[in-house]
Amino acid sequence: MNITVLSPDKELFSGEITGVKVPGINGQFEILNNHAAIVSALASGGVRITKAGGASMTFSIEKGFVEVLHNEVSLLVQGVSDLD
Amino acid sequence: MGANLKEVRDRIKSVKSTQQITRAMKMVSAAKLRRAQMAIQQMRPYANKMNEMLKNILSNMEADDASSKFSAEREVKNVLMVCITSNRGLCGGFNSNIIKGVVNTVNEKYAEQLAAGNVTVMCIGKKGMDFFGRRKQYNPIDTHVNLFADLTFDNIAPVANEIMDAFSAGEYDAVEISYGRFKNAAVQFAEVEQYLPVETVKPDANADANAADEKSNKALYIFEPGKKELLEQLIPSILQNQLQKCCLDTNASEHGARMTAMDKATENAEDIVKELKITYNKARQEAITKELSEIVGGAAALEGA
Repeated sequence: MNITVLSPDKELFSGEITGVKVPGINGQFEILNNHAAIVSALASGGVRITKAGGASMTFSIEKGFVEVLHNEVSLLVQGVSDLD
Repeated sequence: MGANLKEVRDRIKSVKSTQQITRAMKMVSAAKLRRAQMAIQQMRPYANKMNEMLKNILSNMEADDASSKFSAEREVKNVLMVCITSNRGLCGGFNSNIIKGVVNTVNEKYAEQLAAGNVTVMCIGKKGMDFFGRRKQYNPIDTHVNLFADLTFDNIAPVANEIMDAFSAGEYDAVEISYGRFKNAAVQFAEVEQYLPVETVKPDANADANAADEKSNKALYIFEPGKKELLEQLIPSILQNQLQKCCLDTNASEHGARMTAMDKATENAEDIVKELKITYNKARQEAITKELSEIVGGAAALEGA
């Protein structure tokens, strides 16, 4: 599945991934392939993206939103820090 | 005649050096414009996505629960005008048009509030502050004048939050933004936009019709937390984004306007130099003719003797 990570200032990442763990406002959850369509607000916390090759990417956010539809993940984040 | 010649020569020189400055300023603005445009483009996907989400939520909502504390229409007693101008001048009528936008809107819509001293102008950018700082009836506040130094979201969001907090606390009942809308390098408009209360967000009646051709379909999303809570989270973010868009637009417009103004100034200087050159050549020719006739006259006088 595909992800696009957007911050208000620029696009942070886009590409093929196998999973992404996000800090949902009602608790952390992980989006894997064929996840049901969802729109969720995010609380502050860590995001972990597992890329297609197995490599992972982590950063923390202050708040944000995630939308999943037909294996397209859009992650809108604010206050990104500790980007590696 | 000699003194006159020198005078014209000096003027040509000074006009030429002015022209060099205006040309350099045009180049600088062109470069800055490119960067400002890039910033707008980079912000756009985020804003688009956010609006898309808003639409998705609204099309899944019942008609009447789509209101939030930012859409509350109250009797307008206190007005906040946000005046986004540039920090520097020399860009034609750009800043004065934005300022005029504020003044006209206040005169047309909020004349009573102004008379009661209930209009506040928040200036972002020095030029607006220069104007309103001398007009105390507008209660200018200058806490964010220097926002233009760094137009990142992290800097702009707190300003948006401050405005939203003041609105929900009832300090202001209406907030409008006057800014320079960027169309392209040559065209910018001064525009006044209502910021708060947000125009009542209504579930789109056409959403059903459009849903078929869009891939976002109605009623298949899981919303977490609820739709209403989600909306309450989303709207402040959209408002922050809107303020950032206004600032970035103004920034790009400023450079566009300066580019046009400096281009005209350069052309103007060219015309003046041309005219001065003609004057100079005429004066020079006159001097030569006069000298010649003096010599000829002198020779004739000698011959006659």
